[in-house]
Amino acid sequence: MANLNVNIGNLQLKNPVMTASGTFGYGLEFSDFFDISKIGGIFVKGTTIHHREGNFYPRMAETPSGMLNAVGLQNKGVDYFISDIYPQIKDIDTNMIVNVSGSTIEDYIACAEKVNDLPQIPAIELNISCPNVKKGGMAFGTNCQSAAEVVAAVRKVYHKTLIVKLSPNVTDITEIARSVESAGADAVSLINTLLGMAIDAEKRKPILSTITGGLSGPCVKPVALRMVWQTAKAVKIPVIGLGGISNWKDAIEFILAGATAIQIGTYNFIDPTISVKVVDGINEYLDRHSFASVKDLIGVLECN
Amino acid sequence: MKKYLTDLVVSSNERLHPNYCLLRLTQNVPLPEMFPGQFVEIKVENSPATFLRRPISINYVDRIKNELWLLIQIVGDGTRKLSELKEGDIVNLIYPLGNSFSIFDSQDKDKKLLLIGGGVGTAPMLFLGSKLKTLGYSPIFLLGARTSSDLLQLEMFLQFGTVYTTTEDGSQGEKGYVTNHSILKKRDFDMIYTCGPKPMMVSVVNYAKQIGISCEVSLENTMACGIGACLCCVENTIEGHICVCKEGPVVNIQKLTWQI
Ligand SMILES: Cc1cc2nc3c(=O)[nH]c(=O)nc-3n(C[C@H](O)[C@H](O)[C@H](O)COP(=O)(O)OP(=O)(O)OC[C@H]3O[C@@H](n4cnc5c(N)ncnc54)[C@H](O)[C@@H]3O)c2cc1C
Ligand SMILES: Cc1cc2nc3c(=O)[nH]c(=O)nc-3n(C[C@H](O)[C@H](O)[C@H](O)COP(=O)(O)O)c2cc1C
Ligand code: FES
Repeated sequence: MANLNVNIGNLQLKNPVMTASGTFGYGLEFSDFFDISKIGGIFVKGTTIHHREGNFYPRMAETPSGMLNAVGLQNKGVDYFISDIYPQIKDIDTNMIVNVSGSTIEDYIACAEKVNDLPQIPAIELNISCPNVKKGGMAFGTNCQSAAEVVAAVRKVYHKTLIVKLSPNVTDITEIARSVESAGADAVSLINTLLGMAIDAEKRKPILSTITGGLSGPCVKPVALRMVWQTAKAVKIPVIGLGGISNWKDAIEFILAGATAIQIGTYNFIDPTISVKVVDGINEYLDRHSFASVKDLIGVLECN
Repeated sequence: MKKYLTDLVVSSNERLHPNYCLLRLTQNVPLPEMFPGQFVEIKVENSPATFLRRPISINYVDRIKNELWLLIQIVGDGTRKLSELKEGDIVNLIYPLGNSFSIFDSQDKDKKLLLIGGGVGTAPMLFLGSKLKTLGYSPIFLLGARTSSDLLQLEMFLQFGTVYTTTEDGSQGEKGYVTNHSILKKRDFDMIYTCGPKPMMVSVVNYAKQIGISCEVSLENTMACGIGACLCCVENTIEGHICVCKEGPVVNIQKLTWQI
């Protein structure tokens, strides 16, 4: 049994496998299928300062080896999270991380401040990369200056581990990564979904109510892997890799490319137990290749 | 209610019609408790175009043979692959999912319960009818299809209650749509349950609202996870967006915001 512990800032993970925001509910939805405390962390649904109804149905279109979604951050707001959800999840024995979103810098600050007061939430993931909202979201994450501004503002009020989730819908993701690093982020996670579109040829209409949506699943993996590799070389803070991971081998590839930890998103829908299978698979791989610790694998891709 | 992620064995796959098959699934241990209206999320293997699981209603549960039935209409690659499953094949299911139809807890077994199904929407009506019959009710089925060969499982329906049918070409039962059937002139039903194509359900809802009968519909919004985790399957209701996979698929028409 190899050592699977890794650290993201001050955050200690029992293993590098976590589940991605918006794809794993609050974790509880999956507890019938496996012991969810066996994974390194759970990123809960995107949370905003106020209640959001999200976008109209249809919000989903299946694509070859993936899907488009246009949920649009539906959630009942941070106060509801604190009063009704937090009590149910706070004692789950893994890192429960809140994904924080907003339309304005003030929203992000207000939401982060409230989550800062929750003792059993050790970190937040700042979502500056949601492609499915009209205001804010991705607009912050596709420009170095606004990305740095929102991160710096949240950094002032948030005193635990601050992870910033990056958008792949940019020309150079490493520039954004560097600016959020200098603004005080403890880690970056990438990628959020890729902006895409689906059309119903028979009806001559878009499938999604929002026309465009975010692409995820195995089809985005090569793009995500490339961005993780580039970003890991560009910043000193840890990189959390995600995008299309559907088995332990994908996870190993992200770690080799420089990710300290990984998240699994869409594939939870296909196999709700995939995350714990990936933990086992990483462990077997490390044993088979005689690595004592998963840390020895981070970024050791041989490129010559 | 506990959800299972399990492999089941195909005990038979019967082609009832060029476009429909009846998949019977079993396992060594007794199948868990399931309620009418609930569905399964089935994994489709060896179909590159089928990435997500497919939601399929529970058509019937045969407790004696320990079988779970799924009635599948072939509409695309996923359902076609399911129609090719052979006896002994293994399929992976997440189930049972969603809420269920409300059933009167009443001493009055003469209550008039009308179950309206159109197309593959008849699937959950069989399980509901069997349950109502077990509880001592005599359900009334009103089933609609394009033509007589599309009216499936009629002998099963007849075991559980009275059956009325409509076909669009008049080849069996009354000609037209279910909502034109003469039985609806009686207007004395205590409850209507319905599942089928959206235009049909809209007409049923319209009818139920006009004469003030309590009515539940079973929705078929497209889904990704089936377990309330992704928020893709929402229906707009008077209470806001609800997840059809978790707070549905059965919804009381009082909650719907359909423009009728
Ligand atoms: C709760 C629920 C219960 C269902 N119960 C049954 C059932 O008992 N038997 C059955 O045969 N089908 C049922 N369906 C519909 C079934 O899930 C779809 O027909 C199936 O997913 C199509 O997969 P496919 O790969 O064959 O077709 P695809 O290639 O995915 O689609 C083919 C065509 O079917 C349409 N379609 C796909 N999904 C749906 C949907 N959910 N509703 C309406 N149209 C759709 C697509 O727009 C497309 O035009 C149910 C759906 C839900 C949500
Ligand atoms: C249905 C759905 C909802 C999502 N909601 C959020 C969200 O609220 N916040 C967020 O940061 N990312 C959200 N994402 C993006 C995922 O967390 C993840 O970044 C993306 O799906 C890529 O990973 P994957 O290919 O493993 O799914 C969502 C993705 C999906 C499919
Ligand atoms: S399908 Fe994911 S929440 Fe309903």
